[in-house]
Order: sequence, then structure tokens, then C-alpha cells
Amino acid sequence: MIELKGLYASYDGAEILHGIDARFPKGKISVLCGPNGCGKSTTVKALLRLVPEVKGTILIEGTPLGSLSQSELARRVAYVPQSRNVPDITVYRLVMHGRFPYLSYPRRYRKEDHAHVREALKWLELEDLADRKLESLSGGQRQKAYMAMALAQDTDVIVLDEPTNFLDIRNQYELLARARAMTELGKTVVMILHDFELILHCADHVVLLGEGLVRASGGAREVLESSEMQRTFGVTPCFYETPDGVHCYVKP
Amino acid sequence: MPNLRPSSTTTKRRALPFFLASLFLFASALASLCLGAAGLSLQKLWAALLSGPDASAAARILWYARIPRTAACILAGAGLAVSGAVIQKVLNNSLASPSIIGINAGAGLAVAVCCALGVYAGWLVAGAAFAGALCATFLVVITARKSRASRTTVVLAGVAVTACLNAVTETIRTMVPDAALASQDFRVGGFHAVNQARLLPAGILILLAIAAVCTLTNELELLSLGDDTAHSLGMRVAPTRNLLLTLAALLAGASVSFAGLLGFVGLIVPHIARKLIGGESGRLIPFCAIAGAGFVTLCDLISRLIFAPYELPTGILLSFLGGPFFVWLLIKKRGSHSSD
Repeated sequence: MIELKGLYASYDGAEILHGIDARFPKGKISVLCGPNGCGKSTTVKALLRLVPEVKGTILIEGTPLGSLSQSELARRVAYVPQSRNVPDITVYRLVMHGRFPYLSYPRRYRKEDHAHVREALKWLELEDLADRKLESLSGGQRQKAYMAMALAQDTDVIVLDEPTNFLDIRNQYELLARARAMTELGKTVVMILHDFELILHCADHVVLLGEGLVRASGGAREVLESSEMQRTFGVTPCFYETPDGVHCYVKP
Repeated sequence: MPNLRPSSTTTKRRALPFFLASLFLFASALASLCLGAAGLSLQKLWAALLSGPDASAAARILWYARIPRTAACILAGAGLAVSGAVIQKVLNNSLASPSIIGINAGAGLAVAVCCALGVYAGWLVAGAAFAGALCATFLVVITARKSRASRTTVVLAGVAVTACLNAVTETIRTMVPDAALASQDFRVGGFHAVNQARLLPAGILILLAIAAVCTLTNELELLSLGDDTAHSLGMRVAPTRNLLLTLAALLAGASVSFAGLLGFVGLIVPHIARKLIGGESGRLIPFCAIAGAGFVTLCDLISRLIFAPYELPTGILLSFLGGPFFVWLLIKKRGSHSSD
């Protein structure tokens, strides 16, 4: 369980978050949603201490974030950023860097690190691409490679910042299936999503942000149907049922 | 998938570029020792090596001219190539190199100041060159960060810093004629006036800095993943970046302190190295050291022989090679992406 209590965050003196109270349940998929510029990325970056000016409390399994060293934090929370560099290295090498928090200077990778990497590559079905350069991969394959690195990091929490961006529809659903499978490994997944249908499809818990504040939180359908959703986005989510379950589309 | 214990074929395949680069370095160094205004056969070379410095004319040429010069080429080539590779990784910018972003100019200015003050060799010159290189590095990096500059703007900031520093250097040369005499080798870079007093302290610094960089190759690679990713993997990004830039400045500054403003080594060698062995830092850094040493030694040899008995400064030859290479890189980079 991750808890945010009275979280304020600023960049260069401009306050982005104005007192966020939220929780992300253990072993579930929690989705942060909200309009552009509402503070979603700032919230997840605050979880990783990537925002310089933060006030309030963040608890990870009851441990205050501030009491963790940088390595300890990296052994608890993994992060897949929205915008990823494509360095001139192989997939295997990238995934190997997930083991960085477990090593001290001069950081030579051990047998057990290689074992974690092989496991992560196998789990994401990337074994055949292990020797390929990142730059030779498609966007979906690179996304999986970064997820494998996060998995090799062996953390309880994995944060995905807009992971479906630039992916085709098949890769979007495959990614969400991987996220679900990660929760079955006992991991807590926190991600930012924009698409209401995808949110309905995958989220156990949704936190709706608007102008740096929590507007609503709860189950996916509960939040999507709330009046706050319409007020925050200025659109109306509509629902329909098929034999596969409930689906969502948006009326402007 | 790579095995924990790679097969002997894989090991051989990965070791082959290192073997060839070492062979290239050895051949260049041997040719550099043997060839020149007075040629030395292999037998004479061997005899002169065994006899000591003052036994014959050939021995004096070898011990007082060829060995210091070849050692200087090897050290400067390795230092500048590794410095370039580090800067390109840290700034995530394949156009960056010590000569392009102003590091060499900072070192050159510091050496000009030393010469103006009457200090021509020793630890003080090497230390001052390092300090000058370091100041120029952080001037460019801080300017780029404050202005949230794009990758190209970092290079432009380097061009501006280089112009300013060179203007100050030229002013010192104009105002203090002795400094101009002592430091004119620095304008284009070359090895004909290299001496042991300058080479020894700088050489020690270069070897120590390369050894330090070799222990930080994982950190170097994490920085190329981007600041947020590196931070989320537990790395202290700003101190690590500053440490690596300091080592890059040390390598470039120490090289410039005896070789002058040799351009483009830090640009050309890392690019060719990446083409040959890929971008993994653990292999790239040692390969750049070996290949850079061989490359500069060969360039110095060509510049000695091409218009013999006249000698072309090595820096001029490097500029002939490096200028077009830089333009080619600019054209090649158009439309390429290094992030999703």
C-alpha cells in the first residue's frame, strides 16, 4: 500500500499539487487519470523523489519515503518513464541495469543478477531479442524491454507513466495484460492512463486528478460514472454491456 | 539469449576488435619509433633500446626524440578519445567532444597563462590545464542547463565559449610575446616540441583518469538512459555526472597541456569505435583508449612523413580529417532520434 497525505509539489516555485490525499492498494493496478497538466506525472515523480520541492507525507508500506536512501527506494519502486532514451545498447544490457540498485562500487554484476535478468526476459518473452540493439526494436518491443528492466529491479511497486503512448491497440492491451500479470506476482502497479475504455478494462482503483487536487477515487466504474469525471474532463462517459463485460465510450 | 558463460566463439568474436585495435596501436607505435628524418631499422632500434640513451646517435634519437614523442601520441590519443566518449555519453550528445564544446580551449587558455607567468612545464602546467578544462566544461554545461538547451544548443554554447576563451588566449599572446613564443604549438596541436618534463605529470594524470573511468562504465551507461531513469535506478545523478565530467576535463586538459589544441580526436574515435564494437560503455571506453592512441600515433607519423623534410603539425592533419567528419555527422544526424 502506498499512501499520499497532504502532498504539495512545486517546480521552480510554481505549485502543481495542492494537497493530494490518495492511496494505491497493494497488489492492485491503480490508475491516475485527469486532464493534461493536472499533476499526474508530478504525483508519480514525487513517489520517486524526482520532484525537487515536495511537502507532505508519502508512505510505502508504512515507511516514510524520506527515511529511505536512494538505493533503498530503487529496491522498492521501479519506474518506466513516459519518454525513454534509446541508447546504443542491447536489450540484455538494458535489463541488466535493473540490478544497479543492488550493487556497490565498482558495480560488477553477479551471477544472481544475470539470473534475475534471464527471468525477466523470459517473463516478458524477450529472450529472442536479448542480443538486439534497442534502436532496432519497435516501440512496443522497447516498452517491453524497459518493463523487463523494471521487473529485474525486483521491487514491490512498479510505476508506469503513460505506458500506452505510441503503442498500437494490440500492444496497448498486451501491456495491460502484463501489468495485470505483475499484480499476480504480488506487485503494486501504479500507472497513468488517458483512455477511459482502457481504464475500465484494467484498473482496480482509480484516482481522478484535476488542477492539482484529487477529484474522485474508488473503483473504475464508480469514478468514471461520477459527476466529477464529467466536470473535470468536460465530456460524458457512456457505458454499454456485451457478453465480454462493460465497455465505455465518450460523448463530447 | 546471452549465456552466463559465453561460448568460446562468442568470446573470440567479442575479443577480435580489441586484438585488431591493439595490433594497430603496436604497428603505429613501432612505425613511429622507426620512421622519421633519420630512419631506424628494427635491428638498430633493438640495439638502441638495449644500449641505453647515450651509446650512439641512433640511441639518442630513439631515447630523446622518438620514445617521448610516441608516448605523447599514445597518451594524448587515449586521453582525448576517452574524454570524448565520456562527454558524448554524459551529455547524451554524439556531436560533443572536448574540442567542440570548449574544453580544449579552456585548457589552452590556462597553459597560455602559465607561459605568460614563465611556467613552461611540470605539474603546475598540467594542473592548470585541468583547471582550465574543468571551468570550460562546467561553463558550457551550466549554460546549457540554465537555458534548458537542446542537444544542438549545447554544441552552440561550446562554440561560443571556445570563441571567448580563444580571444582571451590570443590577447595574452599579443600582450606577452614570450608567452606567444612558448605556446604557439598549442594553436594547432602537435608533438614535435614535446618533452619529458611536460609529459610525465600529464601522462600520470591521464592513466589514472582512464582507470577511474573504466570503473564507472555502468554509471556512464545509466546516464545515457536519461536522468529520471538513472535516478529511479538508485544513482545520484548530479554528483555522478559532475564526477564523470571532471574526469573528462582531466583527460582533455592533461592531453592539451603537452599536445596542444588537437581537435576532433574525441569526436572521430568514439564514433568509429561505436560502429565497430557498439555503445556498451564497458567495452567502448577501453577500446577508445587503444584505438585513440593508435589513431593519433598514425596521424603524427603521417604528418611527419607526408611533406618530409618539412613537418606538418598533427593538429592540421586532424582538422583535415575532423572537419568533413563533423559535417558528415551533422547530415547523418538529421532526422535521427535517440529517444522514443
